Amino acid sequence: MFRYIVRRLLQMVLTFFGATFLLYALVFANQEDPIQALAGERPITQNVRQVLTERYHLDDPFLTQYWYYMKGLLTGDFGTSLTGRSISDMMAQAWPTTIRLALMAIIIAATVAIVAGVISGIRRGSIFDNVTLVLTLVILSLPIVVLAPLTQLIFGIKLGWFPPTTGADPGFFKLLMPALVLGSLVVATELRVTRTSVAENLRSDYVRTARAKGLSRQRVIGVHVLRNSLIPVITLIGVDIGQLMAGAIVTEQVFNIPGVGFNLFRGIRTEDGPLVVGFVSILVIIFLVVNLLVDLLYAALDPRIRYE
Amino acid sequence: MLGKSPWKMAVGATAIALLAAGCSSGGSGGSDSADKTIVVGIGEPQHLIPSNTTESNGAEVLDALFYPLIKFDDKNEPVEVAAESITSDDNKVWTVKLKSGFTFSNGEPVVADNYIDAWNYGAYGPNGQNAAYFYERIEGYADLQSEDPDGDGPKEAPEPKAKTLTGLKKVDDNTFTVTLSAPFTGWKSVMGYTAFLPLPKAAFSAPGVIADGFEEKIVGNGPFKMKGAWQHDAQIQVEKVDDFKGDVPKVDGVTYKIYQDDQAQYADLVAGNLDVQTTIPIESLASAPSDLGDRFKKSPNSVFQFVGFPTFQKEFANADVRRAISMAINRQEITDQIFLGSQTPAAAFVSPVVAGYRPNSCGEYCTYNPTKAKQMYTAAGGPSEIKITYNADGGHKAWVDATCNQLKAALGVNCTGVGEPKFADLLTKVEKKEPVGLIRLGWIMDYPLMENYLGPLYSTTGSSNYYGYSNPAFDSLVKEGSEAPTTEEAIKKWQQAEDILAQDMPVIPLRFGQNVFGHSERVKNVNVDLFQKLDLYKIEMA
Repeated sequence: MFRYIVRRLLQMVLTFFGATFLLYALVFANQEDPIQALAGERPITQNVRQVLTERYHLDDPFLTQYWYYMKGLLTGDFGTSLTGRSISDMMAQAWPTTIRLALMAIIIAATVAIVAGVISGIRRGSIFDNVTLVLTLVILSLPIVVLAPLTQLIFGIKLGWFPPTTGADPGFFKLLMPALVLGSLVVATELRVTRTSVAENLRSDYVRTARAKGLSRQRVIGVHVLRNSLIPVITLIGVDIGQLMAGAIVTEQVFNIPGVGFNLFRGIRTEDGPLVVGFVSILVIIFLVVNLLVDLLYAALDPRIRYE
Repeated sequence: MLGKSPWKMAVGATAIALLAAGCSSGGSGGSDSADKTIVVGIGEPQHLIPSNTTESNGAEVLDALFYPLIKFDDKNEPVEVAAESITSDDNKVWTVKLKSGFTFSNGEPVVADNYIDAWNYGAYGPNGQNAAYFYERIEGYADLQSEDPDGDGPKEAPEPKAKTLTGLKKVDDNTFTVTLSAPFTGWKSVMGYTAFLPLPKAAFSAPGVIADGFEEKIVGNGPFKMKGAWQHDAQIQVEKVDDFKGDVPKVDGVTYKIYQDDQAQYADLVAGNLDVQTTIPIESLASAPSDLGDRFKKSPNSVFQFVGFPTFQKEFANADVRRAISMAINRQEITDQIFLGSQTPAAAFVSPVVAGYRPNSCGEYCTYNPTKAKQMYTAAGGPSEIKITYNADGGHKAWVDATCNQLKAALGVNCTGVGEPKFADLLTKVEKKEPVGLIRLGWIMDYPLMENYLGPLYSTTGSSNYYGYSNPAFDSLVKEGSEAPTTEEAIKKWQQAEDILAQDMPVIPLRFGQNVFGHSERVKNVNVDLFQKLDLYKIEMA
């Protein structure tokens, strides 16, 4: 087990460097003229252009630029954005907000998906099952660019149940609506997977055995069925983290949450290489760590799985 | 690994995480109704050092923190504000006398040196200040710049010859002179820009070096001062300065709430969480009149939208082709249908907000006349394919496509709108002389003079003359106007220059912008000026 974790961590280091290199190459290839992008349509004098180009090493070849960046990164310095702000500071401000939002979204989505999925799995063909089927189809077919502004309009402005935007350093209530929107991105698939998995396991031999032993219905479903049914769902939740972070770009923009997606959007718009690479590198790490955790959770859920 | 306990731990951890997510930080809390603080929406400013601030978000905040030398009255004439007088006998040497008794919000008195130091810092090339070009007219500017000997190469540019502008001279604590390299009638108006604000001694850690962290807690000479530091991506709060000597605003403080997206800002305005939004996004214009009622307002601004003909594309070389295309565009229809009246049709090469504007200086060539357009176009042998290139991130697709449809219908040509991701991409293509067709452009003035349109947009060396128009007669008229002894004479020359444009049609004027803004029920007397800034001195609580 211990050796397995160490091996995975070593792999993560390699993946991390590979990912930052690729990212840097992509951003570099996409970079036409970041100084003009920052200025919008305003003309830039030759002198200002020259000073900024030298300051941010914009005219150096790709490998030199990457070398400058990695040198900073390895000493814990993420560099500065093209507006001169320290990217480490921007991260310290953005990450807690986005993590809070993503955690809420995952927990909401998982709770709804598992509860509703188990119920519809047990009562296949019932009204509840059919209603959830229709609802999940509706949610699945709405892209987040439609869903987020629509929710904001209906629940934030027209009904006034929630504050329409969130702002910096938000509390639980302010994040609730964005978290619901973000969670709905993944709730539908998680629900369908839970339902199928529960329905399948209900018919399996060990469940019949458990029933024959005279175990209570609660225990059969709560322990025997649920635990086995959760394995695919847990995998899905792990993968969903990535989708949630991507969805955060839209959600954070619509609800004005100064988190990771907010900064990524700005970085892409202004062709701010260090900003984008810095934020996405951390995203990569989170993704890797979550997937390691998911793999370890397998072992906890299914005694047949052993890591050597 | 054991079966049960880790699973229970996972559940426990989830529960803790949920609590942690919920409990951390309990919102900022509502403001109580008695306070006279207003909330104004902005985007994250790029910079707050005046000589580095060229975008509207930063300018909006600086307007609260600083007291400018001059402001513009209803006729857009400059009026002294922080200056007692600004005079010149020859339009070359300008004497600025400051009003006495003013202080920065940290208690320092405002003296002539504060202006001289700030401007020298802004003009010094290696500081890379965005607004440096404003100091170009001051004598000695060239000596503060340095040329990189090998262009983009590895060698560092040498130090400039001088660190201070020879054209700035202190006379006494309250007086200084500005010597220009050539006479300029409109100089007083130019000094209304943010680049000409002073900086306190506290701003500099050494001569010519801005102290670390000063920008985060910038100190100005205005009616408001920063309350705490700049909270990036969140807000900037300012509060009233006690015993301010100049015009005192009627509100006690302003919270500049930072938004990335105009539509999020609009949602907060409608929900009543925001008091003023200076620019309502075009997507919300259709619903704004019903959402806001009489709190939805319009006022003129300086935006000028046009398309340019690249001179390197020979098919547009014949002026009749350019005129015919212009006459084939129904501007009124586009402003009504697509911009819902938020912009107005343009038939001149300068904005209506500047003195010397004539409503129809472009004449018949900017009047919709499809039959004559078609005749002229065929006679001049215009191209059968027209492209209009625009930047796709600015909401231009709708009107470009509509314009194309009008051209198709009127001229019988094939017209396509081509979107480039960003404005910078468009410029790159123009620089490489690729056949981009007509290019979409816009201009916001820096100071209210005709010259601020004619110079940068149409003169041979103009900073935004991307299409390469060059007419020596035009250039010399603009120059003569700038050096004329009085404003009236200057305007006369500039109008003659504009008449040349109406003949040459290097660009097609399309629309003039307007501020479309809205406010909450908490405030009244809301005005947004030519520079798209809220008038802080007029707004008051309802």
